[in-house]
Amino acid sequence: MSARDAILNKVRGALKPHAGDTSRAALVAERLGNAPKGIIPARGQLPDGERAALFCKMAEKLSATVEHVASHDAVPAAAAAYLRERNLPASLRMGSDARLDAMPWDQQGALQIRKGASDGSDEAGLSHATAAIAETGTLVMVSGADNPTTINFLPEHHIVVVDAADIDGDLEAALAKIRTRYGKGQMPRTLNLISGPSRSGDVEQKIILGAHGPRALHIIVVGG
Amino acid sequence: MTSTPRVGLFVTCLVDLFRPTVGFAAIKLIEDTGCSVDVPMAQTCCGQPAYNSGDRADARAIAENTIRAFEDYDYVVAPSGSCAGMLKKHYPGLFKDDPQWQARAIAFSAKVHELISFLVDVRGATGVSARLADTVTYHDSCSGLRELGIQAQPRQLIASIEGVKFVEMQDPDVCCGFGGTFCVKYPDISNAIVEKKTENIDAAGANTLLAGDLGCLMNMAGKLKRQGSKVEVRHVAEVLAGMTDTPPIAGRG
Amino acid sequence: MDITSPTFKQNSRAALADAQLQKALGNVRGGFIDKRRKAVDALPEFDALRDNARDIKNHTLDNLDLYLEAYEAKVIEAGGKVHWAETAEQARGIMLDICRAANARTVTKGKSMITEEIDLNDFLERNGIRPVETDLGEYIIQLRHEHPSHIIAPAVHLNKEQVEADFRRVHTHLPASRDLSEPEALLDEARGVLRKEYFAADVGITGANFLVAETGTSIIVTNEGNGDLTQILPRVHVVLASIEKIVPTLEDAAQILRVLARSATGQDMSVYTTLSTGPRRPGDPDGPEQYHVILLDNGRSAMLGTEFQEMLRCIRCGACMNHCPVYHAVGGHAYGWVYPGPMGAVLTPSLIGVDKSGHLPNASTFCGRCESVCPMRIPLPKMMRHWREREFERGLNPATQRYGLKLWAWFARRPALYQLATSIAMPVLGLLGRGKGRFGYLPLAGGWTKYREMPAPQGRTFMQQVRGRKAVAKGLAEGLS
Repeated sequence: MSARDAILNKVRGALKPHAGDTSRAALVAERLGNAPKGIIPARGQLPDGERAALFCKMAEKLSATVEHVASHDAVPAAAAAYLRERNLPASLRMGSDARLDAMPWDQQGALQIRKGASDGSDEAGLSHATAAIAETGTLVMVSGADNPTTINFLPEHHIVVVDAADIDGDLEAALAKIRTRYGKGQMPRTLNLISGPSRSGDVEQKIILGAHGPRALHIIVVGG
Repeated sequence: MTSTPRVGLFVTCLVDLFRPTVGFAAIKLIEDTGCSVDVPMAQTCCGQPAYNSGDRADARAIAENTIRAFEDYDYVVAPSGSCAGMLKKHYPGLFKDDPQWQARAIAFSAKVHELISFLVDVRGATGVSARLADTVTYHDSCSGLRELGIQAQPRQLIASIEGVKFVEMQDPDVCCGFGGTFCVKYPDISNAIVEKKTENIDAAGANTLLAGDLGCLMNMAGKLKRQGSKVEVRHVAEVLAGMTDTPPIAGRG
Repeated sequence: MDITSPTFKQNSRAALADAQLQKALGNVRGGFIDKRRKAVDALPEFDALRDNARDIKNHTLDNLDLYLEAYEAKVIEAGGKVHWAETAEQARGIMLDICRAANARTVTKGKSMITEEIDLNDFLERNGIRPVETDLGEYIIQLRHEHPSHIIAPAVHLNKEQVEADFRRVHTHLPASRDLSEPEALLDEARGVLRKEYFAADVGITGANFLVAETGTSIIVTNEGNGDLTQILPRVHVVLASIEKIVPTLEDAAQILRVLARSATGQDMSVYTTLSTGPRRPGDPDGPEQYHVILLDNGRSAMLGTEFQEMLRCIRCGACMNHCPVYHAVGGHAYGWVYPGPMGAVLTPSLIGVDKSGHLPNASTFCGRCESVCPMRIPLPKMMRHWREREFERGLNPATQRYGLKLWAWFARRPALYQLATSIAMPVLGLLGRGKGRFGYLPLAGGWTKYREMPAPQGRTFMQQVRGRKAVAKGLAEGLS
């Protein structure tokens, strides 16, 4: 008997006498199908403008920095300014997200753009978030060529663009978006929910920023 | 229910053997709320030592004895959160396999109350008539707090004592390290826990330590005296009933 | 890993005498407790979420076979491979096969208690594969050849001076004159050292906080990002998880995530909550080429349908040990195996036997603080009591204890004899203790009087006095009538 069969048999044997009950299978299929939401905290249940404000407040509490620009066109200048202000090299790693491609990077002549996954040699990376969650100040990032996952983790500085219109109240709303985009029961290879720059408390419980992921997380909120 | 509720006092083994004053204080406090109090003679122990040591059979036998002795009263009141917790929360589970006895146990448990909770939550007492010119602090015994929700009630009654000043220690709701047989099975760990407690008691600046459980009180008093502390230790019932003529737990000085 | 749970008492004594450890344990009380309190106070729905989290897990456990099958199907659909292991030995074997097939020389590891449970690191090293822990706390204790002393803060038992000493001892390629006196410098150094390891690794091994049946997804939460670098850089990602980690849907995971970080560190969310489904897709510029899941039983199925089933709801947040007065006193290593604190006291006997680990469920005052903070509402003291019942049935507790309690129970069942005996003994003791009101020493009470005075009884027992008053009252009543 395979380990699989042995384990499943043990599990079935241990459960209540009606383990062979067909109503169990129906119950399971129903839950998987309907995916009931449970309790959604009131905190993030706000109208549009207020959601964005809550997101920014929560993100800043987590030591992310946040700035607002009116439109996508302003992003390249904002990103370039971020690098200059911190004496960082004028170089930015990003994926092939169409929204990023459409931005006027050529206006930032001095800025070198490196495309594709990060190889660990980037001081700064730029991504476009799929969504954000106001309740907890969290960014929702999806893997793929548009916004490679390695850009979320390898560069020292991570700049993330998020549209104010994409800021959801809660995680469940963001997951519903993913479900709509990818289909029921489907997921991108990696979904990163990012709440602030990396940190560790492992030495004497003192919280320090800049563990293995980015030291700094800068969020550019567009519109709203 | 008659107009004068009949209360059966479950005195608890520690009060019975070590500090009867607490039992008489409890009687006075209960009578002051307009109840009549009787002490059934066939009581000994709630059975918690056996229960917590894994001896369900003995615990169950003791429980049958207790239920038989008390089930005809309107209320069963005990001056101890841990004994009241045992009677109220754990007795029914001892009879899971016996529907008749379990029904009796459930009916019995519904009548059980810890003393302070009985005075405030059931009889609606808002204060006592005692006087005490002293600075006191209060330790929340674990069972009373977490099984029975006793926290605000003793503080409410203490505040009503004329002349008393109440100071809250740090971490009043953290275990004192008694834990029944724990303190003699793992004495080194128990000592480490009670040392943190006495540190907090000393830092609170009170002359008198109060609590609702004699086990905790004996543990903390024993440690305080070993450390040479001048803090005096009493059961909260003694103070509420104005019976502070007797020496405190573990003596003075 | 050597099991030292049988010598829990000696371990505790050593822990209590260890000044460095006692200083470090001070961080546990202050830090975790206050942070959790703040996070809980800031979320009015917290208690309702705990109830829902408990219900979700209960439903899942009641249908675990069906959800495991559903999960497996989705993992395969996403291009992953699922392996099943009944025992730790089988799991190690499967892991080795995967590593060998990948010609692995180095593997990186995200923080994973289940890999501790199966003794994976030692096994890999014995088979010529070098495992590198990437969580800072795990990395530190790996250098020290120690095991974690807390399930989410592995190095909580250490001071920064100790960490500095280890870094200097091992990172010999760095200049000796460097300043490592502050945690920031230590973290920076670890970041540099481990960055190289992330890229060198052939296989990345993580655990999973949740496995989602609806989508075949594994979820990990970290603050450092180490789990992510472990699982996206190497060619092969292996997830090792025990079978009770399954939850039905993404929404169910979201519900439990809300109580996980808040209970553990007082954060609303860990910095990185990562949902991974299968290997890299066509067009993916990064990510592992292979994605494996090893589903491990190792005693879980034996807990189903028993009075210990509720322990399978545990999400390994650590809140119980953060609030436990016993853990505060002795730290995690005293418990002697992988899982310390209240959850360790309940789980360990299930996994390694109560004969080896009987001390753990006994070394509790049943204060109940653990249960009061458990996000999954696990009745920990109740299950510790069940272990004591099992021990009692098997006669595993010490003879003196058994006889002492038996004697007490014998009297307690016979009120007349009990009151006769105590009405003799207590007045004698009372007389002996009358002067000071306490005893510094009492025969048979050595455990007590080693550290405390024993309060003297007042004298005649309560029941003795009541009996007397009733006799008087009766006499009066008779006299009057």
